[in-house]
Amino acid sequence: MTDTATEQGTTTMNVREALRAALQEELAADERVFLIGEEIGVFEGSYKVTAGLFEEFGPERVREAPISEEGFTGLAVGAAMTGLRPVVEIMTLNFILVAMDQVVNHAAKIRYMFGGEIGCPLVIRAPNGAGNQLTAQHSQSFEGWFAHVPGLKVVAPATAADAKGLLKAAIRDDDPVIVVENLPLYKEKGEVPDDADFTTPIGEARVAREGADLTIVAHSFSTVRALHVAERLEEEEIDAEVIDLRSLRPLDMETVAKSVAKTNRAICVEEGWPTYGVSAELAARISSACFDDLDAPVSRVGMAEVPMPYAKNLENATLPHERKLFAAVLELLGEDPGTEWREG
Amino acid sequence: MATLALADAPMLDPQVRKRLYETMVLSRTFGTEAERQYKAARIGGYCHLSSGQEAATVGACSQLADDDLLFTSYRSHGFALARGTSPGAVMAELFGREEGCARGRGGSMHLADTERGYLGGWGIVAGQLPLAVGAAFTMAQTGQQRAVLCELGEGAVNLGAWHESLNLAGVWDLPVVFIVMNNVYGMGTTVDKASAEPEVHKRAAAFQMVGERVDGQDLEAVMEVAGRLLTAAREERKPSVLECMTYRYRGHSVADAGFAYRTKEEIEEERERDPVVTFGKALVDRGVVDDLDEIRERAAQQVQEAVDFAEEAAAPPVDSLARHVYGDEKTAQQFARMTKGSPFGEAELVLDMELGDD
Repeated sequence: MTDTATEQGTTTMNVREALRAALQEELAADERVFLIGEEIGVFEGSYKVTAGLFEEFGPERVREAPISEEGFTGLAVGAAMTGLRPVVEIMTLNFILVAMDQVVNHAAKIRYMFGGEIGCPLVIRAPNGAGNQLTAQHSQSFEGWFAHVPGLKVVAPATAADAKGLLKAAIRDDDPVIVVENLPLYKEKGEVPDDADFTTPIGEARVAREGADLTIVAHSFSTVRALHVAERLEEEEIDAEVIDLRSLRPLDMETVAKSVAKTNRAICVEEGWPTYGVSAELAARISSACFDDLDAPVSRVGMAEVPMPYAKNLENATLPHERKLFAAVLELLGEDPGTEWREG
Repeated sequence: MATLALADAPMLDPQVRKRLYETMVLSRTFGTEAERQYKAARIGGYCHLSSGQEAATVGACSQLADDDLLFTSYRSHGFALARGTSPGAVMAELFGREEGCARGRGGSMHLADTERGYLGGWGIVAGQLPLAVGAAFTMAQTGQQRAVLCELGEGAVNLGAWHESLNLAGVWDLPVVFIVMNNVYGMGTTVDKASAEPEVHKRAAAFQMVGERVDGQDLEAVMEVAGRLLTAAREERKPSVLECMTYRYRGHSVADAGFAYRTKEEIEEERERDPVVTFGKALVDRGVVDDLDEIRERAAQQVQEAVDFAEEAAAPPVDSLARHVYGDEKTAQQFARMTKGSPFGEAELVLDMELGDD
C-alpha cells in the first residue's frame, strides 16, 4: 500500500498528525522549505495542522500572513521561482478563489511559458469538505477545477499514511502541487510509516479494497464512504473493489482500467458536484478505455447540484451519503435499489 | 517631481551616456521593426510597443546590479533589450522560434532571460506584482543583498494585487521597487478616469512606503531616483514606488491605431519631448557624440541582423509540444503514456498536427 515504506516501524496517528509530521520532517530536512498562511503560527492553524511548528521553527519558517490570499499565494509563487520551497496553507479551499489568478495563470504556466527555464516548486494545501452545516460558501469541493489545468499536479489523500506520504512527495516535487485535504478526514486514524524518507509517489492510485463485482472509483473522503458501502454490500453478497485515486493529476488510469477490466462495472463517487466534475472525467475515460469490458454504463454519485443549504435535513439530502452510493451500486448491478441502507 | 537639468546632473562617464543612448535607439528601432514584421504577419498574438518610454525603461534598468531581479508587464521588449538580452533572441521569440528567449513558448508578452535575472514579462495586469514580492521575500529570507524591480503600467494600480503586494512588501520590509510606467492611458482609459487618486506615487503613503514621481522622459532623472530607491531596497530592505511620467506614441498594442481616445495634436505635442531625440541632442551639445547617424545606423543593422537570425531560426519541433509542462521526467513519461482513452492525449494531438503540417 505504501510504496516506499521500509522495514522500519509504523505509528498510529490521525490524518491531521500525519500532515503535521510531514511538514515537521520537511522543514527540518530542507532549509528552503517554509510555511505561509493565515493563523498558522501562534494560533496553530485554523484546523491545528501546524500546531507546534511555529514554536519549533520560528516566525520566518512558519510565516503568519495577513488575510491576503492573492498576495501571499503569489508571493509563494515568486519565492518558488527564486529558489525556496513554499508550502501555502489556504484556510479552506473555498478561500482560494480570490487567488485563482496566481494559481492558474501564474504558477501553472511558468515552466512552459518560459520554455523550461524557470520552475515553480510550490505546494498549496487546503481542506475541502462539508457536513457541519457550514453552508454554501464553506462546503465546496472543487479539486476538479485545479485538476483541469496543465502544469498543476493535484493530490487528495484518503488515509493518514498517504496524507504524510503525498504531502512529503509534494514538497519535494519540482512543480506546483495542490494538496487537497478534507475536514471530516482529519480525525481518521491509520498506520503511518516512521521512515523520514517515506513518500507516496504522485500519480499512482491504490486498490483500497479488492473485489470482483464492480469498481468504485473514489478519492479523498469519498474513499472512506466507499469502503463503508463495500462492507454493507458484502451482506448482499456483492463484492466491490474500491480504487482510491490519491492523485487526480496526473491520473493513474492504468490502475482504474485494470480494475474495470476485471469487474466490468464502474461507479465514480466524489464529494463535489458531478457536472463537469472529477467523476465526469473518470466516466469519460473509463467509457473510452474500457468500452469492450463494460457490462453497464458508468455510473456517478456526487453532491446534489445546489449551493449547500443550512438546514440539517437539506444538507443531508445534498451530501453524497453512503446510502446514495449504496442505492446507485444496486441499480448498477440490476438489483433492487430499494434495499434498505443501514448505518454501520 | 524630480527634474534634473542635464547640466546639473551628476557627471556620468561619457561612455556610459553613449551606451545608454545606444540602447534607447536600439529599443526604438526594434519596436518600429516589430510593428512592421507584425503587419507582415510574421509576428502573431498581441504585440505591445513602448516607443516613447525608452528613457524610463533604459534609465531604470541601468541602475540594476548584475544579480538584481526584474519582473515586468507584457510591454516587455524594451526591458529585455535594456537588460542585455540579444535582439536576435527577442526577435526570434516574437517569430515563435526555438532559439527565442522563451523557446518560442512565450511570445511578445512573455520574454524572459534567467541569466540576466529577467524573470518574465507577464500578461495579466498586476499579476506580476505578487511574484516580484515573492522574489524579494526570497532575498530577505536568505539574507541576499539583491533588489527586485517590478514594472507595471498605471492601469494596474486599481487591482487588488497591487494593494496586497504593497502591503506585504511593507509589512515584511521586502527589497522591491515598484516602477509604475504612467503613460497616461490604460488601453484607452485615462488615469484620472480610472484612479480616484491619479497621482499614483502618493498611494505608497498608505503603506508607509516611499513614493516618488519622476519625469520619465528625462533619462538622467530616472537614473538618479531609480538608483537611490534600488539601493535603499538592496541595502536597507526598503520597498518603494517610483512613478515615471511618460507617454507611448503607438497604440496600446499594434492592433490599436491609438487615435480613438486621444488627438493627433496631443501625440505631436508629446513627441516634442521625445526622450531619444532629447538625449541624443544633449549628447551632441555636450560633445559626447559627434554623429548620431552612426549610432542609428548601427541600431538598424543590429535589428536587421535580429530579423535575419529569427527568420533562419527553426520553429520548435512539434513533437516537443508537451515538453516543459512538468519538470520531472517521470511525470512527463506518465502523461505521454496515457493516450488510450485517457488522460491528455498529447501524443495523439501531435500525430494529428504532424499529418496536417504544411
